[in-house]
Amino acid sequence: MTPRITVALAGNPNSGKTTVFNNLTGCRQHVGNYPGVTVETKQGTCRWGDHVIHVVDLPGTYSLTAYSPEEVEARSFILEQQPDVVVNVVDASNIERNLYLTTQLLELKRPVIIALNMTDVARSRGIEFDLAKLSVLLGAPIVPIVGSRNEGTKELVAAIIRVATEGSPYHPRQVNYGREIEEEIRRIEATLPAEASDSRIPRRWVALQLLQGDSEIAPRVTVRTNEVVAASIAHLERVFGGSVETVMADRRYGFISGACQEAVRATAETRHSLSDAVDAVVTSGIFGLPLFLALMYVVFFLTFRVGGPATGLLSDAFGRLGALITAWWPSGVDTAVRDLLVEGVIGGVGGVLSLLPNVLLLFMAIAILEDSGYMARAAFIMDRFMHHIGLHGKSFIPLVLGFGCTVPAVMATRILENRRDRLTTMLVAPLMSCGARFAVYSLMIPAFFAPQWRAPVLWTIYLIGVLLALGAARLLRSTVLRGESVPLVMELPPYRMPTVRGVLIHMWERGGEYAKKAGTVILALSVVLWAMTTYPRIPADSRHAQRHVDAAVAFDSGVTTLHTMLNLPATSGALREELAPRVVSTTRGESAGAAKADVVQDEAERDRAGRFLALLGDVRTVRERLAEAEGARFENADGSAGRLLRQAAMARLSQLEHGQPDLFAAASYYLDEVEGPYVAAVEAADADEHTARLGNSVAGRIGRFLEPALTPLGFDWRIGTAFIGAMAAREAFIAQMNILFAVGGHRSSDELQGRLHHAYPPLTGFNIMLFLLIGSPCLPAVVVTYRESRSWKWPLMQIAGLTLAAYVTTLIVHSLGTVMGVGTTLGG
Amino acid sequence: MSLNMARTGQTVRVVSIHAGRGLQSRLSALGIMPGVAVTVVTGSRRGPIVVAVKDSRVVLGRGMAQRIEVA
Repeated sequence: MTPRITVALAGNPNSGKTTVFNNLTGCRQHVGNYPGVTVETKQGTCRWGDHVIHVVDLPGTYSLTAYSPEEVEARSFILEQQPDVVVNVVDASNIERNLYLTTQLLELKRPVIIALNMTDVARSRGIEFDLAKLSVLLGAPIVPIVGSRNEGTKELVAAIIRVATEGSPYHPRQVNYGREIEEEIRRIEATLPAEASDSRIPRRWVALQLLQGDSEIAPRVTVRTNEVVAASIAHLERVFGGSVETVMADRRYGFISGACQEAVRATAETRHSLSDAVDAVVTSGIFGLPLFLALMYVVFFLTFRVGGPATGLLSDAFGRLGALITAWWPSGVDTAVRDLLVEGVIGGVGGVLSLLPNVLLLFMAIAILEDSGYMARAAFIMDRFMHHIGLHGKSFIPLVLGFGCTVPAVMATRILENRRDRLTTMLVAPLMSCGARFAVYSLMIPAFFAPQWRAPVLWTIYLIGVLLALGAARLLRSTVLRGESVPLVMELPPYRMPTVRGVLIHMWERGGEYAKKAGTVILALSVVLWAMTTYPRIPADSRHAQRHVDAAVAFDSGVTTLHTMLNLPATSGALREELAPRVVSTTRGESAGAAKADVVQDEAERDRAGRFLALLGDVRTVRERLAEAEGARFENADGSAGRLLRQAAMARLSQLEHGQPDLFAAASYYLDEVEGPYVAAVEAADADEHTARLGNSVAGRIGRFLEPALTPLGFDWRIGTAFIGAMAAREAFIAQMNILFAVGGHRSSDELQGRLHHAYPPLTGFNIMLFLLIGSPCLPAVVVTYRESRSWKWPLMQIAGLTLAAYVTTLIVHSLGTVMGVGTTLGG
Repeated sequence: MSLNMARTGQTVRVVSIHAGRGLQSRLSALGIMPGVAVTVVTGSRRGPIVVAVKDSRVVLGRGMAQRIEVA
């Protein structure tokens, strides 16, 4: 069996720890999240020669106190899992500050190897290291590396294997805290049981933590020990006239600067000169904000404009896949399985997967902003504003991303270290109107509002979302997520050129997770939602089939009349051949039961039929143009564009009429009295069947059940049912409304808009948008919130809170509107 | 005076920090503690500031800077 070496990777944030992790685990890494912790921890396994090295990337920390979950996580991993080696990544160009953590790591008594990173940068700045001397002074082997260029990785691995198999060649040095403190340490140690309950935890370390008021360790020792500690602290505070912790921190820095004085020579202080020069512009009061907004715009553009076409292609591909399955489905085989596959699985999972290009680009942009060091600057710039709502500057970035899609926005909250900040931002993120909501708005607004009101209404909806998000953040910060507002203390790392490899790894890690989610949770939920809108089924209604037959019979007798009008024998096949297939393709219904057509004999007959069909085609085209003109009515403020189109179409129509009056009359008869009623009858039959099916399904029943609660908001059961669909994804609202109002998928949205316009007053239209904006976030967002918060408590609270907020807001708007008589008139 | 009163470019010495243990320890880990000299890189009386301490740059929110007494 090959020996397995567990390595814990510790270090300051921005010390290049992640790069070292990637170098150690290589491309063949198996990376997974360390389970059961509040903080994300990556681990990877890789084979180096005869050894299997298991690397756990601990959270980046500046120290190992009990004050932050990251620090507790890091130290308890080292104490409880007892890794064979702790690799401490130290930024050589900022060595004194980085060694502060090292002094604390050494106290944990695990073998430590120092990976002195960025030695190239340090050397170029005139810092020279006497590594042999420094190793002795610190009592740990030091390996110089350049993580960004993957230099020194082999040497680091060799050192890891050597230390793991032979032990550290150095005697670990400990900080001497001075006579007074050391005396108290011994006093406290004496009260600890000789056979400590947990032998993995060094007694000196326990004593040190107790002296520093460690709230995590205190409950784990005896009352007597705590009494001794209290006395020691009181004594030391009298001696030093200040807090013991500060004195101890001072001694650590003293130890470090002593070591550095002997082994590190700095010839010049130039580390920040370039960074400072850039920051003079980037964080300045004048250019800072505009530059930040410009960068945000670029991120947006990259994500939703550049990613858009790719997303469109993917979504088309899924659509075609669905169509392909439908076409290939052997007749007679259960269609429920086909529908499940096409509507449920491909519709749901495909919808989420087609957003993958957007998500990947978004994470690429975030990775670049993070790796370059700009993210910290953005937080600095936005801090002043975000402070007013109880959040940090960093929260601004996920919120802006929420305008694109809530899912990546929630995932982007990872840039926030503070859990309360993260949760607050995560919970209010859905209030930023996302791209899917925008699709709903662009359906609803033209349906209900006159052109001059459209932009203001859209703007109002977005504004309501932003204001509610800010308000909700304040509310959360002062209630469930209350807590001393942690003042912003954040390192501003020097600017660095992001490496392609680092950015791609970052992008893939996060994007891959998104794809995995689509394949698991979202797959299951899509199936459930599909089933809800499908089952229980109602038995095939014979009346429905009868209506199709009736329509076909009426069509056929109409065509016979047409033959009379055109002076054609009733048995002539000239027209039926042309017309019947056309009707079939228009309605997708059963073929009109055309009588067996004779072969056309007469040349004149053929000619007359041909001229009729040509004219019919023309009239049809002009009529379509007229309908377009109707639609264009809304396009510009005074409706002039629509009017012009209309005039042109009317002129052409009368021209056709004057040319061949009798054929024109026949064409009008056919379109108005035969084809029109046929199409309408078939569509009405299908629509009634759809509605009956949906009404009988679980979703429909829920919609009807909810109707009494929805009536005060001006909503009926159909809207209620569509809301259920909107829980899967906001776009589903449009699809659901299409089904409910029985507008076939091949029709333009104009038609649905027209029907909605006649069905509901504008006030209700506005309230639908309001409800979809505020109400429970879509399932992918709920799932990602669960994953990111690692608890169902928060997403459930979010669903309840937002749904309640949506209900109350809508109720208020509806009541006020009704009382004041605003927007209550039904469109004529 | 408090740190947020210091002008850009000024180097001051930290006298005391009025903050809870958690913040004190975090500041210590970043090298900001009584007796240490810090240079204000970007000063502001109303917003966050940037200070240079040891070899790093640290952003301090206005609330934080107000609690750091310097001379």
